[in-house]
Amino acid sequence: MSAVREQVRRRSEAPARTRTFVITPVLVVYLALAVLLVVGSVLVGVQGGVLLDHGGILNILTRGTVLGLVAIGQTLVIVTGSLDLSVAYLVGLCSLVAAETMAGSPAMIVPGVLAALVVAAVVGLVNGLVITVLKANAFIATLGVALVLRGYLEHNYTGPAGSVPRAFQHIGYDRIGPVPVAALLMLLLAAAAWWYLRRTRTGYHMYAVGGDVDVARLSGVRTGRTIVTAHVLCAVMAGLAGVFLAGRLGSGAPYVGTDAGYDLESIAAVVLGGTALAGGRGGVAGTIGGVLILSTLDTIFDDLEMDSFFKDVVRGVVLIVAVALYARRRPARRST
Amino acid sequence: MRARPRLADGTGPVLVVLLILLVGLAFAGPAYAEPSGYLALLKRAAPLVVLAVGQYFVIVSGGFDLSVGSLVTAEVVVAARLVNGDDANTWWVIALLLGCGILVGLVNGLITTKLLVPSFIVTLGMLLVLDGAVFLWSGGAPRGALSPSFRVLGRGSADVPGLGQLPWSVIVLLVVLAAAVWFMRSGTGRTLLAVGDNENVVRLAGGRVDRLRLLAFVLSALLASVAAILLAGFAGVSAQVGEGLEFRAITAVVLGGVLLGGGRGSVVAAAAGALSLEALFSLLNLLGVSGALESAVQGVIIIAAVAYAARGAGLQRVLRLRRPVPDTA
Repeated sequence: MSAVREQVRRRSEAPARTRTFVITPVLVVYLALAVLLVVGSVLVGVQGGVLLDHGGILNILTRGTVLGLVAIGQTLVIVTGSLDLSVAYLVGLCSLVAAETMAGSPAMIVPGVLAALVVAAVVGLVNGLVITVLKANAFIATLGVALVLRGYLEHNYTGPAGSVPRAFQHIGYDRIGPVPVAALLMLLLAAAAWWYLRRTRTGYHMYAVGGDVDVARLSGVRTGRTIVTAHVLCAVMAGLAGVFLAGRLGSGAPYVGTDAGYDLESIAAVVLGGTALAGGRGGVAGTIGGVLILSTLDTIFDDLEMDSFFKDVVRGVVLIVAVALYARRRPARRST
Repeated sequence: MRARPRLADGTGPVLVVLLILLVGLAFAGPAYAEPSGYLALLKRAAPLVVLAVGQYFVIVSGGFDLSVGSLVTAEVVVAARLVNGDDANTWWVIALLLGCGILVGLVNGLITTKLLVPSFIVTLGMLLVLDGAVFLWSGGAPRGALSPSFRVLGRGSADVPGLGQLPWSVIVLLVVLAAAVWFMRSGTGRTLLAVGDNENVVRLAGGRVDRLRLLAFVLSALLASVAAILLAGFAGVSAQVGEGLEFRAITAVVLGGVLLGGGRGSVVAAAAGALSLEALFSLLNLLGVSGALESAVQGVIIIAAVAYAARGAGLQRVLRLRRPVPDTA
């Protein structure tokens, strides 16, 4: 019990620590984002463009919306000490379910969204149960589920299917000034996820389980239930991403999630945001920073008209360097 | 020395699975009525088995190597461009590919051990870098062609006295497997296994943990290069040749009963896992299951295999608890 209490106590002290300007990973992420924005603006400016004009902000936020949704869910799972490799196929599947249920009729918008989210929740439940009941490693369990989804998609679909009514396409394109409505919704969900992780019992349990499953279990946390909850929430977030993409594309696309590599990309964003891959440390705020860094990088490369393959190289290097920096800092902090 | 050869722990189930699949193949397809059918299967499976052996070293020492698939793609594309259809270029390009493999493994291993980055992230980053770099260099589409002498390794056969025609890839496979078994029986191999089980104990006992980890990554990347050479010869040049191979190799290793997280499992079982996977795909093919469902079956099987291993271990623990064994902790 004392372990949990200790953790709770430390969490409630966290705001006090930021007030005294101790450098937290979240702060580092947003500092890096600021530096990136400045450097990017200068580089784009040299070429005669403007990075943060109307179109630039729109571009960064639109790119960040889908990845943000998936990465928020991935954060919950990774904090719990697990991992979800099935989100990419799930995004594609949910876009199809939503678009096919709607079939172009505005009356079916709500059932379409609900159907997609239910499918997502079921997939998340399967992920969670395979991990907790069958005791399969999370990596293998979600990889297996991903392969099953892939088989289903490849067997039944060859291309885009279903259609989304015009009324629903607004969710993909409406915006307030340069800020897309969908990006605001994504940030709202991020805030909700932050509140959930930091202010609710189940949220604390997620940190406890990610920190040490055995200690959590001995402290009376229902570890299995916590892991399943994290996976269901993660899958639902991926489902939302699929629904949003269906709205943007006007139809469901089976490979929309895998083409963008949302499985590994979302894990990269989470880790870039300072969340430990082993679990128990990190949070949603850092993840959103990580997502914004990745989408800003993309936008800068677009503005500089750089080769798209070069993006992957830089992304890989940024990822490794960022995690190396976090890893450097950790032993020092432990010793104090 | 033991009086009789014993199977390493966890090898039994996968060998049974493999045997069932092979017998199934014999019933399902007329091609498998004679040895040449199985030889063709072995030839087809060779790249995956070689990859699985490499992945085994990394997994058993407690890591992941996600970069092997993109390394294979990168090397095939590079080989096609450098060889450019000229036989004179074959040998130095092969040497260069192996060298590149060692270099990639060194980078993976050094970042993991010196910068303390989890290997999952390091090799994920390496995957992105390799994918991007190769296409940046080749301009999006593979160019050039492989020379006939380069392709011999993947598709040609050699005359082996006493055995007749044996495909080169099968010979490479056997050599790699024999070397891997020898390595895992040596002191270094045993210590590598111990690193995956409990790193701190190895360190306190004076083992060079970092060096062993580094070695595992180098071996994995080197064997990925060998697989790339075999695949290039067998399947030809394409930009998708290595797609998904990293997950397939991990699946094979896990199917062989090797524990993710390290410390348990044998290299023969990992190779048998790869062979089982390939045999399974051939069987599904013969039974008329569409190629699209292949991955679904693969998914169900790895979950089942891991669940079986986990529940099996749980069962063993229960049995052990009943016996009055003094706690070693």
